[in-house]
Amino acid sequence: MRYLPHTEAERQALLAVVGAGAIAELYVDVPAEARLEGLLDLPPHQGELEVERRLAALAAKNLTAASAPSFIGAGAYRHHVPAAVDHLIQRSEFLTAYTPYQPEVSQGTLQYLFEFQTQVALLTQMEVANASMYDGASACGEAVLMAARVTKRNKVVLSGGLHPHYRDVTVTMTGFSDFRIDARPADLDGSEDLSALADEATACVVVQNPDVFGRPHDLRPLARAAQAKGALLVVAVTEVVSLGALLPPGAMGADIVIAEGQSLGNALGFGGPYLGLFATRQRFVRQTPGRLCGETVDVEGRRGYVLTLSTREQHIRREKATSNICTNSGLCSLAFTIHLALLGEEGFRRLARLNHARALTLADAVNEVEGAEVLNRSFFNEFTVRLAKPAAEVVSAMAERGILAGVPAARLFPEADGAEDLLLLAATETNTEAEIAAFTEALQEVLS
Amino acid sequence: MSQSRDKSGEQVVLGREHAPETTAGHHGLEWEEPLLFELDSAGRAGVDLPEVGLEKNRLGGLERRRPIGLPGLSEPQVVRHFVRLSRKNYAIDAGIYPLGSCTMKHNPRLNEKLARLPGFAEAHPMQPAETVQGALELIDTLAHWLKTLTGMPAVAMSPAAGAQGELCGLMAIRAALEHAGDARQVVLVPESAHGTNPATAAICGYQVEAIPGNGRGRVDLAQIEARLDTDVAAIMITNPNTCGLFEYDINRIAEAVHGAGGYVYCDGANFNAIVGLVRPGDLGIDCMHINLHKTFSTPHGGGGPGSGPVVFSEALAPFVPLPYVVHGADGYRLVEHRDQEPGAALSFGRLKAFHGQMGMFIRALAYMLSHGSDGLRQVAEDAVLNANYVLARLKDVMTPSYEGPCMHEVLFDDGFLKDTGVSTLDFAKAMIDEGVHPMTMYFPLVVHGAMLIEPTESESRHSLDQFIAIMRRLAEDAKAGRVERFHGAPFYSPRRRLDEVRAARQPVLRWSAPTAEAAE
Amino acid sequence: MSSIRYTQDHEWLRLDGGTATCGITDYAQEQLGDVVFVELPQVGASYAAGDEAAVVESVKAAAEVYAPIAGKIAAVNDAIVNDPSLVNGDPMGEGWFFQITPDDAAEIESLMDENAYKTFTEGLG
Repeated sequence: MRYLPHTEAERQALLAVVGAGAIAELYVDVPAEARLEGLLDLPPHQGELEVERRLAALAAKNLTAASAPSFIGAGAYRHHVPAAVDHLIQRSEFLTAYTPYQPEVSQGTLQYLFEFQTQVALLTQMEVANASMYDGASACGEAVLMAARVTKRNKVVLSGGLHPHYRDVTVTMTGFSDFRIDARPADLDGSEDLSALADEATACVVVQNPDVFGRPHDLRPLARAAQAKGALLVVAVTEVVSLGALLPPGAMGADIVIAEGQSLGNALGFGGPYLGLFATRQRFVRQTPGRLCGETVDVEGRRGYVLTLSTREQHIRREKATSNICTNSGLCSLAFTIHLALLGEEGFRRLARLNHARALTLADAVNEVEGAEVLNRSFFNEFTVRLAKPAAEVVSAMAERGILAGVPAARLFPEADGAEDLLLLAATETNTEAEIAAFTEALQEVLS
Repeated sequence: MSQSRDKSGEQVVLGREHAPETTAGHHGLEWEEPLLFELDSAGRAGVDLPEVGLEKNRLGGLERRRPIGLPGLSEPQVVRHFVRLSRKNYAIDAGIYPLGSCTMKHNPRLNEKLARLPGFAEAHPMQPAETVQGALELIDTLAHWLKTLTGMPAVAMSPAAGAQGELCGLMAIRAALEHAGDARQVVLVPESAHGTNPATAAICGYQVEAIPGNGRGRVDLAQIEARLDTDVAAIMITNPNTCGLFEYDINRIAEAVHGAGGYVYCDGANFNAIVGLVRPGDLGIDCMHINLHKTFSTPHGGGGPGSGPVVFSEALAPFVPLPYVVHGADGYRLVEHRDQEPGAALSFGRLKAFHGQMGMFIRALAYMLSHGSDGLRQVAEDAVLNANYVLARLKDVMTPSYEGPCMHEVLFDDGFLKDTGVSTLDFAKAMIDEGVHPMTMYFPLVVHGAMLIEPTESESRHSLDQFIAIMRRLAEDAKAGRVERFHGAPFYSPRRRLDEVRAARQPVLRWSAPTAEAAE
Repeated sequence: MSSIRYTQDHEWLRLDGGTATCGITDYAQEQLGDVVFVELPQVGASYAAGDEAAVVESVKAAAEVYAPIAGKIAAVNDAIVNDPSLVNGDPMGEGWFFQITPDDAAEIESLMDENAYKTFTEGLG
């Protein structure tokens, strides 16, 4: 077995030093009835070639953006990741390093986390950011828990434009503590107005920007209305590339910004691993969940970095911790950092403009199709289309034609009346004019 | 060799005290590297993207106009920056990581290759099920392996890491009890437990009560039995436990807890000791999280990502979170909503966007297929053998905290350092100078100055012997009073000891552009 | 004879006229290590004896500071918020945490005196 260094002879030699006759003697404390005599009913070990074949066969059963035009968003976006990113994250010292608890031999990890935290703060225009969380949805739940700690209140308003996964995860994470969650109905027509819903009992109002239907909002009036009542504004961003073109939440008065960072550096990967971004005001930093990397000096006065404010965390505070989180998204946040380092100010803004331009092309083309109408007045790279047929049927028919045509809104909002005809479509810099033309041709066919 | 000739023409080797201070702080192949923001040139980019104007746009008048402040670098600069940073990190590929409870085993590169197959990497989680049958089959196959290895009938694949897996387990327990109209308030946690356990219980709204050890490194069965009552929802137990020992009373503990109407949650962080040899389902466990990044080799990546699937008993199976994969006559499907099928009606809800850490599933399944049932059993045996070998070769110079054989990790305390002036922390920092990563320190809390060593099955005899030689030498140096090598350690790492007090008192959590006044 | 009293949780209390000044003892600050952060109660808040009134954090630990007796907070020491090192450097003097107006001054008698506290800490090893 290629991953196990010991030969049988070596095992015997080690056992002799240990003073045991057989390995079973070391399992003396296991109740006899629980000890398995034979092997479990699973295949025996295999060489690389066999394992490759088995998994490649599974991969081949998927129709993906690798070979089919894809226009799917809904919280995860296909972007082109430069080759250098994947190469760098596979360096042994990044891939196989542990959490930087011994900072003297982890300055590589710690310095890039410091850079990452800075990048996230800059993108969101907030004062401080943490070293990442599992994903945008769990970061949303953590933001609500934090808002409750900060305000000492337990009423929460969740916008009907918030991605339902984020809503559901937030409900789960708060479900066993004393919270009153007001999850607003799906905001299909964009008429939602939350400003009157914040009161003296409200911990926070949570909105998404652009919302799940693709609409960007001016959040300044809502921020003022919430803060006038002492409530916090939490803003969720599912497509970070939008921050290259749209006014960031920090400029609109957000108190906490959470986001899904997958768009930068990380493949779609059928849903994970992704990374949650979390940014907030300096004065809330001690209530912030997750890891934080801070600057300091060593005994020779040289600048270095350490994990800090750890007393908020589970390994010290235990039941009084701000969160139970132990892992962050390590390598995913490194990929994000490297991708954004390659893009830089210029490249990131260009990427954002390119995404919007592609979405404009797609929207114009869709509007030319009979039986399809783009509902958004404004959008970044994703919008909602009303179809003359149920969207789920259309998506299946398009898939048969080799095109991945967005997400039916009813899959996200099965309970919402009027969602059956709505389709969420996204375009990114990876979609060509030819693909958009193929899409509209197929859509016309399917709808007629 | 630095040589010169002295007056008589004899060759002389110059000592290192003559080594110069260097211009930029570099030392040979070890470089000082500034922050990205300090390498910036305005307008530069490391990508080539076409320029598009957006005079005609539909952004709703909400354009971002002010500069973001991101630095611009070319590709060669970015590559060099991160290569230089990488060289400041210790890594499993480079050396032993004897971190107790972390299971720092080898991360196979085959797993990396397979996770990157376009048929997986380019699949969007929200595609229609008929277009991703291979991906769904993979999740189902991994689920089958996990259920078979643990002897449990159900599994939740979505938790993103061990801590989220714990949350998943406790939420299912709470949902089950509330469904039965028997909501309870208390969760029992051994004193020796990892900090995530009480934190998780508190998030689920439970009061946490600690159960002490029995003096032999196990949780005290009598104390558990005495405390059990109708207000106890569950016990959270780690087995093997954080002292590296098998909880020999586990069956009786499970019986007692079940008898009182509670559930047994098992923290599966230490599954590496028993995989293929013992099934938690045979020990009375009701749910257990598994760390794919520990037992099943997915890489630690400098702190993540992880993956924490949770196996469940029959009693808890109805409450598993959404979504989950089902295999029917018409292929594989995802169940995402409670009203999608009867089996989903009692789910406690969703823990994560989308379906789970698919990238880690691919890697873990590749690992399992590579090892097979025979290989996985051998993994556990070699892991336990290696830890016992370390114990046997160090017990005369260090203080093992408990008698008898250990499982896959061995716990020492700082008894052997008494009166030396050297603490566990100092000892650990000196290990860095010797080229090995320190073991887990000050955990578990039940012994003083804990040192928890887990070599894993990936270490060869040569590597173990070198590690042992280093530990013996350090123990000897401590007892011989050579305190400077401990108090000043580490000397050889890219940074020496860092001021953590300053970092906590004056937190600086990001780079900021110098202000106009500061620049003057 | 010192008028300072002590609790088993390593708080000290000194009655000065009508109010009692409270902080953590030298033993406590040494156990904690360098203090990095403190969270003080609100002036005017009322506590029962044993209620959590403040939090003190070092790099490696976070500990609760309990009200030694029942009463109302009369003042808090902002100096230690700005400079937590005062708690380590002068725990019984400039490192004080809060002043409490006792509900019942007689409660103070039930706390340990200096000798009793000294014996207590010696027993902790």
